[in-house]
Amino acid sequence: MKKLFVLAFLMVLALAGTTLAADTVKIGVYLPLTGQMAYGGQLELEGIQMASKEAPTVLGKKVELFVVDNKSDKVEAANAVKRLIEKEKVVAIIGTYGSSLAMAGGEVAEKAGVPMVGTSCTNPLVTQGKKYSFRVCFIDPFQGAGAATYAYSGLNAKTAALLVDVSNDYSVGLATFFTRSFTKVGGQVVANLKYQAGDQDFTAQLTEIISKKPDVLFIPSYFAEGAIIMKQVKELGAKFNVMGGDAMDNPKIVEIGGAAVEGFVHTTFPYDPSMKDMSPIAKKFTENWKKAFPAKEPNVNAALGYDTYLMVLDAIKRAGKAEPAAITKALAATKGFEGVTGSTTINATHDAEKPVGLVQIKDGKKTYIGSITPKL
Amino acid sequence: MTWAMFVQHALNGLTLGSLYALIAIGYTMVYGILRLINFAHSEIFMLGAYFVLWGLTLFYLPWFVAIVVAIVVTAAIGILVDRVAYRPLRDAPRISALISAIGVSFFLQNLTIVAFGALPREVYRPAWLENPILMGEVRVLPLTLFVPTLSFLLMLGLVWVVYKTKPGLGMRAISKDIETSYIMGVPVNRIISLTFGIGSALAAASGIMWALRYPQLQPVMGSIPGFKAFIAAVFGGIGSIPGAVVGGIMLGVIEIMAVAFFPDLAGYRDAFAFILLIVILLIKPTGLMGARLEDKV
Repeated sequence: MKKLFVLAFLMVLALAGTTLAADTVKIGVYLPLTGQMAYGGQLELEGIQMASKEAPTVLGKKVELFVVDNKSDKVEAANAVKRLIEKEKVVAIIGTYGSSLAMAGGEVAEKAGVPMVGTSCTNPLVTQGKKYSFRVCFIDPFQGAGAATYAYSGLNAKTAALLVDVSNDYSVGLATFFTRSFTKVGGQVVANLKYQAGDQDFTAQLTEIISKKPDVLFIPSYFAEGAIIMKQVKELGAKFNVMGGDAMDNPKIVEIGGAAVEGFVHTTFPYDPSMKDMSPIAKKFTENWKKAFPAKEPNVNAALGYDTYLMVLDAIKRAGKAEPAAITKALAATKGFEGVTGSTTINATHDAEKPVGLVQIKDGKKTYIGSITPKL
Repeated sequence: MTWAMFVQHALNGLTLGSLYALIAIGYTMVYGILRLINFAHSEIFMLGAYFVLWGLTLFYLPWFVAIVVAIVVTAAIGILVDRVAYRPLRDAPRISALISAIGVSFFLQNLTIVAFGALPREVYRPAWLENPILMGEVRVLPLTLFVPTLSFLLMLGLVWVVYKTKPGLGMRAISKDIETSYIMGVPVNRIISLTFGIGSALAAASGIMWALRYPQLQPVMGSIPGFKAFIAAVFGGIGSIPGAVVGGIMLGVIEIMAVAFFPDLAGYRDAFAFILLIVILLIKPTGLMGARLEDKV
């Protein structure tokens, strides 16, 4: 009798489990919410959450988000994805900021056959040879070409120096692509110095760079380090321009960098609240953001998070069912999906092609100075 | 390399090295007395910097007051850590206290994440700190002059405390033989608390100066400087206060000079520090100024 009771109890539990699972569509999110890349991760999460508030259901079911912090660490990123797939049983994964993290997480998702859509991971290797990895952003060969083109013709720089984080795939990749394009357009790279993530003293490297007298210094760094680097550039009395990549895009740049970031130019994805000719979707996003976070400027990472969530939902809708294989197929077929950062079409390598945006700090304000579509 | 560049590198190294030295003193003091590597020291360092920020932004204290308050509060936390995490383990095997230290370190780091958030925070510096003094082509930041001077003065002060005062006598007694010190009526626990207090106050001071030099706070900011300072302490001879200062300054200068002379190897900067540690341990296991074990304070 007792055994029967236990059995019945278990069956009820199992039934309850399945009905619960069928009630919601589970989407996993893994982002760096602590550590070196937390600035960007936090913004992307807010973008995702804002989108999920605006579109809380798909296929008549409620969307359930599972957010895991990957702590800006490659090992934690792989663990986070493992947990999302094995424990939370998600059907699709959004993330992450940071190419190194996306590569580590992507391996796990690939093996499990769960689709993953990257937000702002731009290194080509993130999606290369992977069936289940996608992204809504452009890739670094393109961004590097954009930065090099602007440095050469926009800033009129003939010589460039680089300060690269050797422990980071994004930084190393972007530096390589910048160098390739900059030499191709006729410029010369006169110094290539390195550092390790977590370093706070860059004076030795910068003193060396200053002695080479470059016209521009390109720092493919993350925001937290980039701000300190620029402060030290100023302290050491350097006169050259400083440029960076999309990882330098942050509303707090002026607050943290102060006078040291004046004139700084960075490439980014084609959205910024200071943009002049905004699409209606971008305009709506900006307004809604300001309502949701009155004290905080939106930025492109938030926009990418927002776009990614809606694109995944769009794929689930087109797939007609919330199953990893069907969603993967639908994601690969994404064509002309309109988002805040422009129109997204997933190409053969699972990447999105978008123009490279340029932002400059002018009079203590982030200013969108236009976008370019560089030739590779 | 031009002469001006060399001087610039040397000054950069001196500033970095003096910061290491200040942190290293705290490691060395606690080790000298308790034979304990206080891994929580790097978190105490981080807390010191955060408390100043807190004082400035939440209570609108003037700079000077905020710094003094932060140092006092941090010293109190150092004493509390000893009370809660180390004192109950005084008679346990040394490895237990070491593990407890690692635990405290993680606890404080995560507590800070909960209390202050994980995002790096900016530090506003007083204007007089921002403007470098120009000496020909060499640019000297006010901190570059201030930090080494302070490290040197604090070292002299500590040596005086250890060798000329009564609590210092107690410290030396405990470092020789803790049990006999009990029997001879040395207020052992009070002296140890004092040691933690002084060590933590120094960590706070260096945390604050670190934040002024590299104006960004984050809960994990203590780990790398802490590691380097630990190497500096071992390098100089763990247990020796002048050794910690010399070790810290040398480590800073060597690190910067390694990049200056081998720019291509800049990415392996940290490796230089660790190679140095291994070489020193192989050649002179007690470090540069480390005396025989029983003399350590």
